[in-house]
Amino acid sequence: MQSTLFRRVTAALTLLLVSGVSVASDWTERSNVNLRPGVTNISQDVFDLHMVILWIVSLIGLLVFGLIMYSAVAHRRSKRPQAADFHENVFLEVFWTVVPFIILIGMAVPATRVLIAMDDSSDAELTVKVTGYRWNWSYEYLAYQDDNDVGIFYFSNLKTPAEQYNRPILKDGLFPYGTAADRVGAEPTEKDSTYMLAVDKPLVIPAGVKVRFLVTADDVIHSFYMPDFAIKKDAIPGFVNEAWTLVPEDATGTYYGQCAELCGKNHAFMPIEVRVLAKNEFDSWIAEEKEKAASGPDLTPFSSLESAMELGQQKYAAACVLCHGAEGQGGIGLPFAGTELMTDPSRVQENIDVLIKGRNAMPSFAAQLTPREIAAVITYQRNAFGNNTGDLVQPADVAK
Amino acid sequence: MTAVAAHTDHHDDHHHAPHGLKRWLFSTNHKDIGTLYLWFSFAMFMVGGLMALVIRAELMYPGLQVVDPEFFNQMTTVHGLVMVFGAVMPATVGLANWMIPLMIGAPDMALPRMNNWSFWILPFAFTILISSVLMSAFGEGNPSAPNFGWTFYAPLSTKYGPASTDLFILSVHMMGISSIMGAINVIVTVLNMRAPGMTMMKMPLFVWTWLITAFLLVAVMPVLAGAVTMMLTDRHFGTSFFNAAGGGDPVLFQHIFWFFGHPEVYIMILPSFGIVSAIIPTFARKHLFGYASMVYATASIALLSFVVWAHHMFTVGMPLAGTLFFMYMTMLISVPTGVKVFNWVATMWRGSLTFELPMKWALAFVVLFTCGGLSGLMLAMTPVDFQYHDTYFVVAHFHYVLVSGAIFSIFAAAYYWLPKWSGVMPNKFLGELHFWNSLLSVNLLFFPMHFVGLAGMPRRYADYALQFADYNYWVSIGAFWFGLSQLIFVLVCVLCAMKKGEKAPAAPWEGAEGLEWTVPSPAPFHTFDTPPVVK
Amino acid sequence: MSEQGLEQRNQRTVRKLVLGAIAMFGFAFAMVPIYDVLCDITGLNGKTSSTAADGVVELDEDRLITVQFVTVASEGMPWDFKPQVRSVKVHPGEITQVNFTVRNPADSTIIGQAIPSVTPGLAAPHLLKTQCFCFNNQTLAAGGEAEMPMIFYLDPALPKHINTITLSYTMFDVTERVMANEDKLAAR
Repeated sequence: MQSTLFRRVTAALTLLLVSGVSVASDWTERSNVNLRPGVTNISQDVFDLHMVILWIVSLIGLLVFGLIMYSAVAHRRSKRPQAADFHENVFLEVFWTVVPFIILIGMAVPATRVLIAMDDSSDAELTVKVTGYRWNWSYEYLAYQDDNDVGIFYFSNLKTPAEQYNRPILKDGLFPYGTAADRVGAEPTEKDSTYMLAVDKPLVIPAGVKVRFLVTADDVIHSFYMPDFAIKKDAIPGFVNEAWTLVPEDATGTYYGQCAELCGKNHAFMPIEVRVLAKNEFDSWIAEEKEKAASGPDLTPFSSLESAMELGQQKYAAACVLCHGAEGQGGIGLPFAGTELMTDPSRVQENIDVLIKGRNAMPSFAAQLTPREIAAVITYQRNAFGNNTGDLVQPADVAK
Repeated sequence: MTAVAAHTDHHDDHHHAPHGLKRWLFSTNHKDIGTLYLWFSFAMFMVGGLMALVIRAELMYPGLQVVDPEFFNQMTTVHGLVMVFGAVMPATVGLANWMIPLMIGAPDMALPRMNNWSFWILPFAFTILISSVLMSAFGEGNPSAPNFGWTFYAPLSTKYGPASTDLFILSVHMMGISSIMGAINVIVTVLNMRAPGMTMMKMPLFVWTWLITAFLLVAVMPVLAGAVTMMLTDRHFGTSFFNAAGGGDPVLFQHIFWFFGHPEVYIMILPSFGIVSAIIPTFARKHLFGYASMVYATASIALLSFVVWAHHMFTVGMPLAGTLFFMYMTMLISVPTGVKVFNWVATMWRGSLTFELPMKWALAFVVLFTCGGLSGLMLAMTPVDFQYHDTYFVVAHFHYVLVSGAIFSIFAAAYYWLPKWSGVMPNKFLGELHFWNSLLSVNLLFFPMHFVGLAGMPRRYADYALQFADYNYWVSIGAFWFGLSQLIFVLVCVLCAMKKGEKAPAAPWEGAEGLEWTVPSPAPFHTFDTPPVVK
Repeated sequence: MSEQGLEQRNQRTVRKLVLGAIAMFGFAFAMVPIYDVLCDITGLNGKTSSTAADGVVELDEDRLITVQFVTVASEGMPWDFKPQVRSVKVHPGEITQVNFTVRNPADSTIIGQAIPSVTPGLAAPHLLKTQCFCFNNQTLAAGGEAEMPMIFYLDPALPKHINTITLSYTMFDVTERVMANEDKLAAR
């Protein structure tokens, strides 16, 4: 009959609900059903707060649902043909107003404590400016210990290749990329655990050191979200927000984050990758990068069309594919396959200018790509997609 | 309207109800206008649901298989707009129109002609909005429909919004005017037209909750109008409200929007509280527990809703004092909400319960809305909100309160009052099928979203990392299941509209109290031409 | 109750509600100056004042605050924009000058507007400037370069727990906007 089966089903469902939020209490363990404890003290505090609140609301929920289920069974018509008469009880009403209020105060105290701790970004050893763009991030190292002019700056793009994620099953209208069948020869490579998360040049920070992030944006609001550090800070154009983290020395490794504020078409395609190095390794990394930045752009000419194409294809996939399509078919950006600009040999300089200065909606890539990379990309554009012009653009052509 | 020879079937009719297109286009009758709102909202629910299915079809597997991200963003945006402004709000207004005059013993709403206009603005407003989607799907060059989220933050909407943004702004203005006029109508009706003897504290709770909702509407819909107007001038008339370059601030947009946006969500849920407060006492055969507290709790929720808006903005870079204030205020609002839930349980307690369809839906509402409310309490805790904000955890929360909350209560109201509206009982077998399928599928659809959100999946994402794949698969299954289940309800409504079913008496639910059950089923075109006297 | 009386009462209520709705519409717009005033007083959005301070202040030698300078060139703004020093350590009340260099590599004249942003926001009302390039537009011809000074001091009332302040300037290209305004003025 209804009562036993009903009770059993209720019990089972309740168990399912509760078990679904089982605790992952290991410091580094990542559940895919629960918040992760992350790797910093703050993130662990946030996780603990989350678990406390989760338990409290689960218990309240179970209590309320339990009462409802019980009443539904015990007070049903067939058991109780005559309803009771009460519809007021001052004590009870006061009780269930005051008791929740007290529970809330109990929750507010630890929450306030953690919030105050998160707010204190002073005395950071490393300051990095994080800027969100449509649709990638740039990192500028501003100050490290006594060095006030680190001067390292680079962009960070999604590394997952387009053929892994762009698999439309229909074409035209809503689905302008063309069918998967059109893309014969571009077999999808296996997606791995860094799908949609890995970038070409990650943000590198040292462990054991307080790092301060100055978060801003270039165009629209983005959001810098690193779940393992319990950071989420909006990147607002024209304004600077700050966030900080201190990754313990034993937590070196790679951590991923994502943009957390709708910023347009490729909002899902601008992840954040942070590589945490041991302090001495970070010191060497920063010294190396400073040297590279100081020595000026690498203008080594390409020895062959193939080597330029190889680099060009890589860079194209990172920086151009999202707007111009993996086959140069266009999309948000203009197409390249067989267009005049790409095939007319007298327009090579124009091609270079567009990348350096930008044109209309096309942003300038002078900051994002080195002259060598720009030369490679242009070489690739002019020789791939069926263009086959044979043009080989050298870094020197771009740098002038 | 052409005069037709007098022909009275019922005592309350003075003349034949008008027929044909004119009846519906020019109606000043609260029942007909209520019917129009309800059918309109149901149609919008289907349209919004279709968009949700496009979203879930894309998100079923990792990768971009169905639509490109630009169209995906348009789907998420218009789904939200249609559901909020086209499905939930008109449905509750429809219920208000149908039931408030009946419940207070008034012959009609206070301003019947304005009532007509309030409704008829809506089809035009939504034609404008949805036409931009059709243009995007099928038009030359696929010009984008609004693609900036239903919350249309600046500068994404001001600087980068497609041309259809201006149509969107017009559409929002129209919806706003409709809502404001409807709300004014409700307030005037409730304050001035109650039957003699019906004091404020004797009104059914549904009338109270709608009265308070109406005040919220009059207060905040104009603020939304201000926000979209500022958007319009920023886009075309050189102002810089939200543009840092001109001295403005994108965060200002968020403050203005959410000052509207938070009361808006209470506007969507307070009528549901009223519906459930009508249904549970009927099927428990017991008076609502703590009527006065229920009124005060609703009023407190409404008042508090004005001072919590920035909990939608905890990550913008607010200083500590701000985040703490909004955290405390938001936590506080759970107290009166909890009081209401406890009162419903106490109403059930030691009653004599039967579980006809309206009661099933109402109980599902209480359980599932509470679930959504509890995740809301979690979201209120600022330091943890930094982890939850803009992830699927938020999506889970608001869908629990809006779908298994507001929508379920609207279904409950429909099953409860369809006998009164149509004169026949809704088909029990189909209703049960609808209920159980919806109950199970809605949980399959939205519960796993809590998990993927906690695990870190951001919202408004067309593609996601592999660790989120399994749950997204099941969520999509739940979505299609839920969508199909609603087709059963179409059948239920159509059967009632065609008067196919068991004939309903004036008071089909034993234990129901209220003036609406004293008039015949279906309710005659004119009721309470002479006000009843309430003891 | 009479039909007449009801009609009148309804109209009165409608009037009040319509006025209320209009007032709330006005409130939305009023939120703009209210927001500005609140942010000015509290520094909640991190903006510093856009008018020059008078420079009358007492020195507080016990505190040493690090003020860091960050520059951002907004989307589509080609200027090279850098502070000459990354940071300075100052006492509250100490008047300090910092220079910023700016260069226009494009081949047309560009008018820029620097918008300041301070973090932590609470420090913003305490960072007072007697002279700043951010008070006005800056015009640079094609290939032009300039050194832009900024003279500031920290008000001793700066909250005690703050000892690092970051002042960021975002340089926006406002050429079109300014030209449009000038055209409008000229047309008068």
